[in-house]
Amino acid sequence: MACDDRTQGEARKALCIYLMAGPEAPALAEAAVEGGADLVEIGFPFSDPLADGPVIRRAAERALRDGMRTTACLECLAETRRRVRVPLVPMTYASLLEAYGYEQFERDARAAGATSLIVADLPADERPDLRRVQLVAPTSTDERILLAAERTDGWLYLVTLTGTTGPRQTLSPQLAGLVERARRLTDVPLYAGFGIATPDQARAAAELADGVVVGSRALEVAEEGPAALRRYVASLRAALDAAG
Amino acid sequence: MTDGFFGPYGGRFVPETLIPALEELQAGWRQAQDDPAFWEELDSLGREYAGRPTPLTLAQRFSPGRRIYLKREDLLHTGAHKLNNALGQAVLARRLGKRRIVAETGAGQHGVATATVCARFGLECVVYMGEEDMRRQRPNVERMRLLGAEVRPVDFGTRTLKEATSEAIRDWITNVETTHYLIGSCVGPSPYPEIVRDLQAVIGREAREQVLAAQGRLPDAVVACVGGGSNAIGIFYGFLADEDVRLVGVEAAGAASLGVGRTGVLHGARSSLLADEDGQILDARSISAGLDYPGVGPEHAFLRDSGRAEYVTANDEEALAAFQRLAETEGIIPALEPAHALARAAELEAEVIVVCLSGRGDKDLDEALGYLHGL
Repeated sequence: MACDDRTQGEARKALCIYLMAGPEAPALAEAAVEGGADLVEIGFPFSDPLADGPVIRRAAERALRDGMRTTACLECLAETRRRVRVPLVPMTYASLLEAYGYEQFERDARAAGATSLIVADLPADERPDLRRVQLVAPTSTDERILLAAERTDGWLYLVTLTGTTGPRQTLSPQLAGLVERARRLTDVPLYAGFGIATPDQARAAAELADGVVVGSRALEVAEEGPAALRRYVASLRAALDAAG
Repeated sequence: MTDGFFGPYGGRFVPETLIPALEELQAGWRQAQDDPAFWEELDSLGREYAGRPTPLTLAQRFSPGRRIYLKREDLLHTGAHKLNNALGQAVLARRLGKRRIVAETGAGQHGVATATVCARFGLECVVYMGEEDMRRQRPNVERMRLLGAEVRPVDFGTRTLKEATSEAIRDWITNVETTHYLIGSCVGPSPYPEIVRDLQAVIGREAREQVLAAQGRLPDAVVACVGGGSNAIGIFYGFLADEDVRLVGVEAAGAASLGVGRTGVLHGARSSLLADEDGQILDARSISAGLDYPGVGPEHAFLRDSGRAEYVTANDEEALAAFQRLAETEGIIPALEPAHALARAAELEAEVIVVCLSGRGDKDLDEALGYLHGL
C-alpha cells in the first residue's frame, strides 16, 4: 500500500463515477473513462429515491420524464458496454426489482454488461441471494459491517456520512472511523462515496479508502457535456494518483 | 408477526444508515410494551389530556332503520385519531433519549398531533408538508406554527403526502442520532407498522366494549377509511378475532392502493401500491388530503389477501354527499376522510355497524364547500 506509482495497478486508487441512465450516458461514460474513471455506476431512476439528495433526485425525475424505464435503462447499459471496458454497475432501488423480478433483473443486467449491482434500499439481510455491492454507513454496527463484507460483491461501499447523496463543504469526519472499523473486520476493498465532490475531497478520502465514488457533482458537470466531464474526471484522477 | 413481515408484506427496505436506528427503535418498543409503567402513562395521558375514552354515538337520523354507531375519534384532542399514535411515540422517543422529532403530514392532522405532543413534552418539532397540501389545509399549517413546530414545505414531485414522507425520511437519515421519526400511519419500515397499530388499537378495544354495552352483541360490520390505514387497523384490531364481524376498509377511488395496486416498495416497506409495471410510484388523487397517498400499511395488504378484511372505494362525490348528510342529520361535521367510510357504511347490508369517525371536518370546510357549491 506504500507504493504511489500509478503504473503499479494494485496501488492505484479506484475512481468510480455515477451517471444517470439516458441517451447521453454512453458518451458520458466514455468521456469519464478517458478522464481516468475505473468504474461507472449507472443510475436506473426511481420515482422516490430515499437515499438521494436534490441533484440525483432531480436527475431521476428528468430521466423518468424522458422515458428511462427499466427496459430503456438496460438498453442504455448495453450500449455503454459496447463503448467502454471498465466495470459497469447499475445503481437503483428495490421497487424496480420487485416489479421486474429480482432474478430476472440480475440476469438481464449482467447480460447487458453489468459487473454487479447496487440497490440503495436493500440492506444486506434482505434478499441475500442477490449478488450485489453492499453498503455500510457510519451508523452500522461491527456485526452489520461483517455481514455486509461477507455478502458483498467485490468491494464494500462506505457511505461516508449519515445523510443523503450530494456535495458537501468538507469530507465527512465520520469516514476515518468507519474505514478503521471496516479494515479491522474485512480485507475487501473499501470505496467511499456520498459527499465527495472536489479533487481535494477525493484525495482526502483516498488517503483512507481504496477508492472513491463521485455522483452528484459528476451529474452536474455532465450537463455541460462529455468534454467537461472528461476534464473534471481527469482532475479527480490526478488527485487520487497523488494520494498515498 | 415476529420478523417484521405480514406474509410477504412489510420488511425494512431502507438505506443501511437507518437499520441500526430501526433496531434501536424495535428494542425500545419491546421494552416499552413489556413495561406496565409505559401503558399506565399512556392511559393517564389519554384520560387527562386527550379525552379518552371517546364516545360511541348512535347515528339514528343518518341511517334510519339500521343501527350505525360512530366511534367518535373526532372528539379526541386535536380533532382526530392521530393523537393516539403521536402521544405513544412521543413517550417512546423520550425513553430512547431523542429530543428532536420529525414528521410528515398530509391533511395536517398528524402534523398537528405531533406538534401538540412536542409542545406538551418540550421536544423540537419539524413537520414536512407538501405545498399542495399546505394550500388545501391552511388552518392546520397555522395551528402547527402556533404550537411551536417548524413546517417545511416540500415543493417537488406531487407536492403532497408522498413527497413529504420521503423528505421526512431523508431528514431522519441525516439526523438519525438525535432524531425520532414520528411516522403518522401504519406504514414505513418495521417496526413502525406494528407500533402504530398497537398505539391505535385503543380505538377498537373501546369500540368493542361500547358496542357490546349498547347492543348486547357484536356488530355485523366495522367500517373505516383507509389512506395509510392507521385508524382502520386500530379499530379492526379490536374485532380481528371476532370472525363473524366483517371488516370493511374504504379507500378513495383515486387512491385505491389495495383495490387496484400492485406489490412494490415505497417508504421502507413492501406493500400494495399505486405503481406502474416498472415499479415507479404513481400519483394518487383524492379530494381528501389524508387519503391522497399511493401506498398503504403492509398489514392491510396482508388482511386483504387473507380475506379477513375487504376493501372497497368511495369517490369524491360520494364522500362529499356523506359529509353533508352527516352534518345535516346528526349535527356532526366529519372530516372528508371518514366521510368515505360513511358513504359505504350507509349502503352496507348489515344491521349493526360501527364506523370509525376518525376526525372532524373543520379543516375541510373551504375545500368541501368549494366543491359542494360548484356541484
